[in-house]
Amino acid sequence: MSGVRVLVGTRKGAFVLSSDERRVEWDVAGPYFAGWEIYHVTGSPADPDRIWASQTSTWFGQVVQRSDDGGRTWAPVGNDFTYDGVPGTHQWYDGTPHPWEFARVWHLEPSATDPDTVYAGVEDAALFRSDDGGATWSELAGLRGHGSGSSWQPGAGGMCLHTVIADSRDPARMFVAISAAGVFRTDDAGTTWRPTNRGLRSGEIPGPESEVGHCVHHLAVHPARPDVLYMQKHWDVMRSDDAGESWHEVSGDLPTDFGFVIDVHAHEPETVYVVPITSDSQHFPPEGKLRVYRSRSGGDEWEPLTSGLPQTHCYVNVLRDAMAVDSLESCGVYFGTTGGQVYASADSGDSWAPIVRDLPAVLSVEVQTLP
Amino acid sequence: MTAGTGARSPGPVVRVVLPAHLRVLARTERELALDVDGAVTQSSVLDALERCHPELRGTIRDPATRRRRAFVRFFACGEDLSHELPDAPLPEAVATGAEPLLVVGAMAGG
Repeated sequence: MSGVRVLVGTRKGAFVLSSDERRVEWDVAGPYFAGWEIYHVTGSPADPDRIWASQTSTWFGQVVQRSDDGGRTWAPVGNDFTYDGVPGTHQWYDGTPHPWEFARVWHLEPSATDPDTVYAGVEDAALFRSDDGGATWSELAGLRGHGSGSSWQPGAGGMCLHTVIADSRDPARMFVAISAAGVFRTDDAGTTWRPTNRGLRSGEIPGPESEVGHCVHHLAVHPARPDVLYMQKHWDVMRSDDAGESWHEVSGDLPTDFGFVIDVHAHEPETVYVVPITSDSQHFPPEGKLRVYRSRSGGDEWEPLTSGLPQTHCYVNVLRDAMAVDSLESCGVYFGTTGGQVYASADSGDSWAPIVRDLPAVLSVEVQTLP
Repeated sequence: MTAGTGARSPGPVVRVVLPAHLRVLARTERELALDVDGAVTQSSVLDALERCHPELRGTIRDPATRRRRAFVRFFACGEDLSHELPDAPLPEAVATGAEPLLVVGAMAGG
């Protein structure tokens, strides 16, 4: 029988939530790496038993863990994320130059075809790749080196490279997103990069339509249509139909267009999910109502999904990597909150139920669809 | 006490106490005994520790700069040795194994 494995990273450990295809009864395993911040846990599409976790701590730095048995046992792999060459400086919050310093791995993106290849998006923003199962990491230095790096600045969470998307059709094309720099694209497998932010407008930077400087919170794409990208920006939900060459706003009738997560239905490329958050200073849902908004038209027209979600006194946040979809016939949608709840919908968002209610603050949610 | 792994060198045996998170990561007991090459300094003790437990590389000092991580402290013989030079000799009692070198996570909550 097929099933799903939901991989949850939290402020104090990782959890693995497993169910069969009905997604009603759940087995909860964890915490793994108790006491550490787990920024991201994700499985290899090429080998579902291989799972990666970014384990980090203000005290003890960065550890990358790898499981080869579906999350039952783990072992640390390499954790040396040394920047290529002289790192240079980026802008600090006050606009002064600040040395590039590695802080942590925000996001791990395994190759779709090679279990030993995985990308790591890090803070301070850079992209690393390992081709040896995580033993060693090399920076794809053309990203920081393309020319604008000295003008990048941190968002509230740090200057992080948090999104890595590999084009499902063209192995040489990838997208990354950085807070607060924007979206960058490579067409030569990571050697050279260019910003792809035309159409973004951000009132928080001196030049609202600058080539770089935008606080992009997350990107999502449907693998069947790799040229169509969706973005939750600091403010604004955006869409590109030309692989990032240009963007247009699709916030439409959302109650607020601030938020962090965005994702796409597994079988319907025009069905998109966001969780509107009140504002950049009020990181909780408007009116204390936790609502996922779904568009079936690729944006602009949105419907609130509330069944099973708290509609009073709810003041949690949903962070940028904390939503995922499975690929079962009836698409499952999952998200985690800073209040420690992980909600699941087995019917494309029509109804929701918590899998767990009382985890530490959730940093990331990924899901594996198992045969 | 857990003996350090690898071939025994003629150097001194130094006792090191790890904080709980690093014990779990390295799958060790609270205290390790390490064969240290040459003079007993913070650097040589950490070199020996990382040889025995490569999974601890980067957790106590930065792998590139080799500087102590900001939230890690070194105590021994009732003294805070965190700000001693990395290559300065550690106290004789540490060098002879009479006293352990304590690796401590800064008391900062969280």
